[in-house]
Amino acid sequence: MLIAVLAGLIGAILYIPLGKYLRGRLSVLASALPLGLFIYFCSFIPEVSAGDSFRTHYPWVSSLGVNFDFYLDGLSLLFSLLITGVGTLIFLYASAYMKGNPYTDRFFAYLSLFMAAMLGVALSDNILLLFIFWELTSISSFFLIGFDNDNADSRKNSLKALAITGGGGFFLMAGLILMGHVSGSYSIQEMISSNETLKAHALYGLILILIFAGAFTKSAQFPFHFWLPGAMKAPTPVSAYLHSATMVKAGVYLLARMNPVLGGTDQWTIPLVIVGGFTMLYAAFHSIFRTDMKAILAYSTISALGILVFLIGIGTKESLLAASVFILVHALYKAALFLITGVVDHETGTRDLAKLSGLRKVLFPVAAAGLLAALSSAGLPFTFGFIGKDLIYEATLHTKGLLPLIYTTLAVLTNILLLYAGFLAGIKPFAGTLPAQFEKVHLPHWLMWTPPVLLAVMGVALGSFPALADAALLNPAAQAIANTPIESPLKIWHGFNIVLLLSGITLATGSLLYFFKKPSPAGLNWIEGFNRISPESIMRQLVRYFGRLSDWYTDVLHNGFLRSYLLRIMVFSILLLGYRILKGDSVYISLDKISSISFYEIAVGIILTGALYLTVTSPSRLTVVVGSGVIGYCICLIFMFYSAPDLAMTQFTIDTLTVVLFVLVLFRLPPFLSFANTAVKIRDGAVAIAFGALIALVALQVLNEPKDGSISKFYGDNAYVLAKGKNVVNVILVDFRGFDTMFEIVVLSIAALGVFSLIKLRLKSSEKE
Amino acid sequence: MELLLVILIGLLYAAGMYLLLRRSMVKLLIGLSMLGNGANILIFLLGRITKGKPPVIDEGAKIFADIYADPVPQALILTAIVISFGLQAFAIVLLKRVYVLIDSDDLDDLNTPEDEDI
Repeated sequence: MLIAVLAGLIGAILYIPLGKYLRGRLSVLASALPLGLFIYFCSFIPEVSAGDSFRTHYPWVSSLGVNFDFYLDGLSLLFSLLITGVGTLIFLYASAYMKGNPYTDRFFAYLSLFMAAMLGVALSDNILLLFIFWELTSISSFFLIGFDNDNADSRKNSLKALAITGGGGFFLMAGLILMGHVSGSYSIQEMISSNETLKAHALYGLILILIFAGAFTKSAQFPFHFWLPGAMKAPTPVSAYLHSATMVKAGVYLLARMNPVLGGTDQWTIPLVIVGGFTMLYAAFHSIFRTDMKAILAYSTISALGILVFLIGIGTKESLLAASVFILVHALYKAALFLITGVVDHETGTRDLAKLSGLRKVLFPVAAAGLLAALSSAGLPFTFGFIGKDLIYEATLHTKGLLPLIYTTLAVLTNILLLYAGFLAGIKPFAGTLPAQFEKVHLPHWLMWTPPVLLAVMGVALGSFPALADAALLNPAAQAIANTPIESPLKIWHGFNIVLLLSGITLATGSLLYFFKKPSPAGLNWIEGFNRISPESIMRQLVRYFGRLSDWYTDVLHNGFLRSYLLRIMVFSILLLGYRILKGDSVYISLDKISSISFYEIAVGIILTGALYLTVTSPSRLTVVVGSGVIGYCICLIFMFYSAPDLAMTQFTIDTLTVVLFVLVLFRLPPFLSFANTAVKIRDGAVAIAFGALIALVALQVLNEPKDGSISKFYGDNAYVLAKGKNVVNVILVDFRGFDTMFEIVVLSIAALGVFSLIKLRLKSSEKE
Repeated sequence: MELLLVILIGLLYAAGMYLLLRRSMVKLLIGLSMLGNGANILIFLLGRITKGKPPVIDEGAKIFADIYADPVPQALILTAIVISFGLQAFAIVLLKRVYVLIDSDDLDDLNTPEDEDI
C-alpha cells in the first residue's frame, strides 16, 4: 500500500528526466499509472465488502509519532477508487485536451503528485501523515490552478486558493496535534477506541473548531467557498478532477473519518448542519444566475459539498448512507458535466450559455452524455441520482421533532435549484437550434468524448442496477463513517410514499424553472451586485488592511538606521536581564573572595577611565585613536598583572598595529561632525550606562558561582606529558586546538587579501558616485 | 581587585555601546573594539584571576606543583584578539574606501532613508 501511495510521487519525479519524451503522443501513457492503481484497489473490493479492513505500518519518524500507517476500509476504498478511477479517465482526457501545450509533462507531473497526495489523505491512519498529504493536495492544486501562468487571473486565483486552503490546513494541524495530545495516539483507529475521553475533554470544543476550520476551507463551505469558483481558472480536466470529484471532498472525507472519533455530540452536529445547510442552499441559489458553464458547475459543486456536510452533520444511519451514496453520485455526474464543458469550450471556444445552443447536431455523443449526466443530477428514476436523492430525503425525514420539516424543505429547495443548474450545464448547450457560427464544430479526439460518456453511462447503470455497488462499496463506506454495521441494499422502487412525492415535486418544479427561466446577463449582473457584501470582498479588505499593517510595522522596525536597531536590541536586553535580576533570587554579591588591591592597579584603572572618557567625548579623530591606543595598553597591563604574559604581548602588538593603521589610513579624514543633539546624546548615554551596569552586575553574579576547573586541569596536567610543551597557553593553541588556530590563520589571510585588494582597487571615475 | 575589573568591564561596555550608537563610522569602529576589549576582560575575569602565576610549567617539572592561572580563557582571548585585529584592519581599509567614494564619514549617507532628526 505504501508503494501504491508513493507511486504517484515517484511518477511525478520521473517526469523530470523523462518528461520530454512523454510530451507529445506518448502522454496517453501517463494514464497507465492511475489505471494500474485502480485495478490494484479494485482487488480489495471482495474483502472490504465482507467487512475486512487492512492496516499496514512502516516506521518513518517514530520518535515524533509520524509513521506511514495506512488503513483501508470501506470509506478509504470508496475514495481510492474515485481518485484512481476518475483519475484514469481524466488522464486519458487530458492527454487529448492538453495536446499542443508545451508543458504537458509538467501538467501530468502535477496531476500525479496530486493523485498520490489524495490517495495518501484517503488512506492515512496516522493523522500527522494525513496532514502532510492534505497539504500536498493544496500545493498541487495551487500549481494546477496557476498552470496557465501567463494569465494574471490564474495566478491570482491560485494564490487565493492556496491562502484559503493553506490557512485552513494550519488550523487543521493545530487541531490534529491537540487530538493526538489529548488521546495519546496519532492513529485514528486507536482514537476511535478512546473517543469518550476525547469528547469529555475540556479541549474538545477547541479541537472541533480547528478541525472544522480545516474541513470547511478545503471543502469550500460558506464563508470560505469563494476560492472554488476562482479555481475554475485551471484547465478543465483539473476542475473536473480536483475541484469537483476528489480534492474538495477531502474536507468531507475528514469529517466522515472523524465522525466515529468526534461525532455524535451537539457541538458536532449543530455547526455541521447549519454550515452545510446554509452552504447548499446559498450556493445552489447562486448557481442558477451564472451564464458561464464552469461557474454554474462550480457553485453547484459547492452546493453538493454543502449537502454532504449537512448529511454527515445529521449523523443518523440513513444520512450517513445517503452521504456515501451521494459522494459517488456527485462524482460521476459532476465529473461528466465538467468534461463535457471542457469539450464544448475546446471545440467552440466559449462557455457562455447565452451563445451556446443546438450543439447536439455536431457533438452528438457528448450531448447524450450531457443529457444522462443532467438527468442523474436531477434525480430521474433509473439514474443513480434518483437513489441518491431519495436517500437524502429519507435521511432528512428520519429526524426528530420539528427538524424533518426544516431539513426536508431545505433539501427539496436545494435539489430543485441543483436540477436547474444541472440542466443548464448538461442540456442547454445542446438543445435548440444550431447557430451558424458553430456549424463547423466537429467531434474532438475520441479520448475526449469517451470519458464523459463512460461516466454518464455508469451513472445510469448504477441507477438501474444499484446492487452493483451497494453491498460491495457503499454499505462498507457508510459503515466506516458510522462505525456501526449498516446493511441496507439500495432500491429503485420504494413504493408510493412521501419520498416519492418529494422527488416528484423536485422534478416538476425544477423542470418548470428550466422552461421559464433562461440564463441571462441581467440575472448575472443582479447577483454580482451582492459582491460588495460577500465573504470574498470582506476577505480582500482584510488582506488589504493586513498589508498596510505590515507595511507600517516594517517601516517602524526596519527603518534602515543601524543605531536604532542597536538601541532596540540594547533596551530589550536591559529590560529582559533587568527583569530577571530584579525578579529572580536576590542579587547576591559576595566580597569575601576579593583579592587585595595595590596602588598600581588603581593607577591603571584611573588611566583607563580617563582614556575612555577622552575617546568618547573628544571631537578630534586623532585624540580618539590615541585614546583607544591607551585603553589597549592599559588592558595589556592588566593582563600582565594577572599572569597572562602571552596575552599582554599579543595585545601590545595588535594595539600598536591598529593605532598605526588607523593613523595611516584615516588621518586625512575631517574632524567629526556633530550630528546628534544633547537630548539624543543623553538618551544614548543613559542606555549605554544602564547596559554597562547590567553587564557588571551579571559579572559579579557569575563570580559567585563555583568554577569547574576540570578542563584547565586536563590541559595543565597533559601539556608537558602529551605535547612536550611547558607554556600551557601555547600548547593549547598550537597543539590541542591546533586546527582552530589553523583556521584562524585562514581567516586572517582572507582578511589580509581583502585589505590588499581594497587598497589596490582603482575605480574608474564613472564608478564613483 | 575583582571589583575594579568589574567596574572597568562595565565602563568598557558602556563606552563601546555609546560609540556604536553614533553616526560616525570611525566611532562605530572604535566602539566595536572597546566592546571586544570589554568582552575579553569579562572572559578573563570569569576564569578567575591569579596574580604572578602564569600557566607555564616550571623548569624540570612535568606538571604544575603550585596553583596557576587558568590557561583556557587565555587561549580563548588570544584568539579573540587576533581575530578582532583582522576585522579591524579590514574595516579600517573599507572605511577609507567608503570615504573616498562618498566623501563622508556619516553612516546615514550609505542608505537613503527618510529624514529623521537623530
